Amino acid sequence: MKPRRQFAVGILILVFLASLMANQLAPVSYSHQFRESANAPPSHEFPLGTDDLGRDRLSRLLYGSRISLLLAPVAALIATALAALVGGTAGYLGGWWERVGMGFSDLFMSLPWLFLLLTFRAMLPLNVSPLASVIITFTLLGLLGWAAAARVVCAGARALRNSEFVLQARTHGCGDFRLLIWHVLPPLKPVLYAQFWISIPVFILSEANLGVLGLGVAEPLPSWGNLLRDLENYRAALTSPWLLAPLFLLVLVVACFQTVLPEEDLP
Amino acid sequence: MWVHGYKRLNRHMWLHRIIRHMLIVSATVLFGGFLGATLVRVAPGFGVDEQQLDTRLSNESVQAIRHSRDSERDIFGFYTQYLGGLFRGNLGFSHSLGRPVTQLLAERVPVTFYSVIKGLVGGWLVGLVLALSAAMLRSKTYDFACTLASGFFLCLPSAVLAILFLLIQGPVPLGIGLTVFPKIFRYARNLLVQAYALPHVLTAQSKGLSGGRILFWHVLPLATPQLVALAGASVTVALGAAIPIEVVCDSPGIGQLAWLAALGRDLPVLVVLTILVTVITVLANATADLAISALRHRPS
Amino acid sequence: MRRGFYLSVLFGLFISNSFAQQGGELRFCLRSEPKTFDPILVADDSSETIRYLTGGVLIRVNRLTQKLEPELAVSWKVLAGGRRIDFELREHIYFSDGTRFSAEDVAFTMNKLLDPALHSPTGDSFRSAPGPVKTEVYGTSRVSITFPAPVGGLEKLFDQVAILSSHSPQAEMAVLGPFYVAQKKPGSYVLLRRNPRYWKRDEKGRSLPYLDSIRLEIQQNRTTEALRLTRGEIHLISNLDPELFDVLSAESTTLVRDAGPSLEGEQMWFNQVLNSPVPGYKKGWFRSKTFRRAISESINREDICRVVHRGHARPAVGPVSPANQFWFNRTLQPRDFNPQDALQRLEREGFRREAGMLRDREGNPVEFSLITNSGNKPRERMAVMIQQDLSQLGIRLNIVTLDFSSLIDRITQTFDYEACLLGLVNVDLDPNAQMNIWLSSASNHQWNPSQKTPETNWEAEIDRLMRAQASETDAIKRKSYFDRVQEIVWEEEPFLYLINKNALSATSPNLRNVTPVVLRPQVCWNVERLSILPEISEIRP
Repeated sequence: MKPRRQFAVGILILVFLASLMANQLAPVSYSHQFRESANAPPSHEFPLGTDDLGRDRLSRLLYGSRISLLLAPVAALIATALAALVGGTAGYLGGWWERVGMGFSDLFMSLPWLFLLLTFRAMLPLNVSPLASVIITFTLLGLLGWAAAARVVCAGARALRNSEFVLQARTHGCGDFRLLIWHVLPPLKPVLYAQFWISIPVFILSEANLGVLGLGVAEPLPSWGNLLRDLENYRAALTSPWLLAPLFLLVLVVACFQTVLPEEDLP
Repeated sequence: MWVHGYKRLNRHMWLHRIIRHMLIVSATVLFGGFLGATLVRVAPGFGVDEQQLDTRLSNESVQAIRHSRDSERDIFGFYTQYLGGLFRGNLGFSHSLGRPVTQLLAERVPVTFYSVIKGLVGGWLVGLVLALSAAMLRSKTYDFACTLASGFFLCLPSAVLAILFLLIQGPVPLGIGLTVFPKIFRYARNLLVQAYALPHVLTAQSKGLSGGRILFWHVLPLATPQLVALAGASVTVALGAAIPIEVVCDSPGIGQLAWLAALGRDLPVLVVLTILVTVITVLANATADLAISALRHRPS
Repeated sequence: MRRGFYLSVLFGLFISNSFAQQGGELRFCLRSEPKTFDPILVADDSSETIRYLTGGVLIRVNRLTQKLEPELAVSWKVLAGGRRIDFELREHIYFSDGTRFSAEDVAFTMNKLLDPALHSPTGDSFRSAPGPVKTEVYGTSRVSITFPAPVGGLEKLFDQVAILSSHSPQAEMAVLGPFYVAQKKPGSYVLLRRNPRYWKRDEKGRSLPYLDSIRLEIQQNRTTEALRLTRGEIHLISNLDPELFDVLSAESTTLVRDAGPSLEGEQMWFNQVLNSPVPGYKKGWFRSKTFRRAISESINREDICRVVHRGHARPAVGPVSPANQFWFNRTLQPRDFNPQDALQRLEREGFRREAGMLRDREGNPVEFSLITNSGNKPRERMAVMIQQDLSQLGIRLNIVTLDFSSLIDRITQTFDYEACLLGLVNVDLDPNAQMNIWLSSASNHQWNPSQKTPETNWEAEIDRLMRAQASETDAIKRKSYFDRVQEIVWEEEPFLYLINKNALSATSPNLRNVTPVVLRPQVCWNVERLSILPEISEIRP
């Protein structure tokens, strides 16, 4: 493994472990409001200062990292699985199936995803816990984010459709379903693997975008998205560089995810 | 005669292919519009207006506001009527902005169009130039610097990029360009590096062919089909980036219109925007598919 | 020689002052695109701002003194127990397009305003009872308007009625105000130019307004608005967020003004609709005065004012802010923050704490949701603070931010919500504007709207008092009725009034004669007297 990739993997493991150990590492609860110390600068008590409600920023960053790092891969898994199903089936069957499948994925890419998220949020039961609502949000992102990957998988499955081993398996009486699951999708593992790794930072960034637009996780749960909303206060962002910590961590983690994937596996 | 027959068969095949694609595009667009309309119709908050909370209004006025959108409640009836109006050039009336949708689009489409075009052109130019130079120079330092720069913008959420642009008063097209160029650079760089490593290119280089000739005669023809496919995808990326950037930067384009219409459950506007985005996405992908097919089926 | 020097300095000052008083373009932002330029149909803030700047009214509420002043009407009389108002109009007044103003125009405007098919919010304010409104014109300068029933605070309502021309080819674009709409670029800006036929003059006989034009940029983003002020691109910001107030204050303290409590506040309420989908045991909580009082006492309003509003707010008492000098009931005090008392109150009702969680008599954990609209950062922050305050009692509060349409759907149609936190914006000083909140049959009676008959005695009493004050012309009697309404509301707490926000604004140092007030429009209420000094520089700390 190249040194760069090793470094990226190391950083990711470090951040992941830190977020898992948030209970031990965080100086205080992420939701407790020290109202006398609102907007405090970094200090011994609050290493990254406090936000406008007096909540410790470091604690919120650690717990927020947990949300993004644990749930983005789940969303990526869902999206990749759906891409494999739709793209693989369309590419393997070909003809009108392929046209319908790709037309469906084009349709999905054209739907107003922001509106879909707004709608689903509004339809959720009101007494769902913040954690449950964020799990549902990431699941939705996964359900909405498969379409672009499906085209790539479809192209790969199309190329394998008339390959020799597939033709041989067919002549031996292998059915379509078995062929797809056991003979077409396995060789596409590198493509699916690449799509999975590419999707993780995409979902992290999507959640961050939602948070900045006010559609992120419910309070008091922190996430990188709602932590980044503090950047809207331009003066504070310029004069209080510790406010940029979530942005720095987000860029670092996303960059590491992109570095982890070997370049030859990139589409 | 064989060549003549092949050419006639080829033309016939292409016409058939194009017609088939257009039929698929039309069906997808129509279905997309209906799906968009249904989503809006079933969404919570459809048919309400914040005016209802105005305490000066009498009960009768509040009821009148509640019933003002009853014609949109039957989604099949609405969509059929809407399509009829669409073919006559009537795109309906936006209740959230109080103006005909045609007028709104006429004002806002050019704003987004120019932003997206400029952003795409800028993003492609920068991405391709950096990718080409990285592939040709083969300098690790230069390659690392370009990767770092593109990687940084790739890792920024577009909403955060928009906030940064707000602070520096940067133009919206630049924001879109900065969202697009990292993806172009990354993909094109890998493609070109692979192309330069091919045996026949290496042979051409060792035989003393000029850099320009190698690039235009041996490398680009190989990379072009995939770059064309990427072009289609980059249109979708640029459009996707336009929404948060326009919303945060208050640019009066289609992105902002889509956001306002979504918040106001403005059915006519959302339907036409869904149709518009579907047309662009599907056409972009279909064009890319056709182009790849054409390049693959060139007679040698 | 020295005398000559002083004389020339004085002369120079006089000349520069004269030139400084005239001309210039005022620039500020509208937060959304105006939905209409027809003053009859105005329902949103941006359209209201344009109506204020362009419309000529018969009577004006002076935003500083809150007293009535004659405008296009030189005098008026309220007769027949508040059912009729007679106006004596100014003469030799012209619309911006040159057409002459007369009593016909007033009659035309009122008839159009009160057309029931238009559903104008301004028109509905006049509708105290069903029945036609009669307008009678006597010559060119006298008009009489008779209503089917007395209208409380009748004169004040004419502050919202911009007179339209009955015979101008420009229709509603012909105006009597200091400015007229000259240009509009949708999504971008509206340009108002000085009305050359505006009738007002200043004390020195110079024609008003001093400004040549006003450019209203459409800008939703408040951060951008603040940035533009510091860059000198705009001259004022009204309704400034407390966070941005502090940011701008750090740039220069002369920029920002805190005019004291505004008419706006924040309130929360519980869903008391009997047939709502809320579980029955929760309905029992919400309909209990003791429960509502306990929740109210558990909320630290001082902290909310200090932390969320950065000290630019004060705890609220009731539906009327202290900024409403005449109608505010000064005998009432805000609820004290007393979680111990609150817990004792709940314990007397059968609630008890078990393992840190509060449970009711039946053992149900006290947990409910609070909905509010997304995108309003101060309100979201308030909700989070309330969440922590209630957690001290062992109450779990789930905060749900919804887009505005979904929220309105829940509180007006489906009633599928438990508690709601929203703002209260009183544009009108008179309590008649709140009739549709307090009448139990009204659709805006938020906690339990559209009741066929009042479900509680206190709501029946409020109905009686509100109707009494609406049909009374004596201001003192009206006040006593409405004071009693405020007392009942304070006691029963259908709304938990949280805070009254201060009126925060920011102005450029180039802007002269500016006196921000609490009534809207906060800064440009005296637009005809505003003037701009030549540009000096960007704001520098």
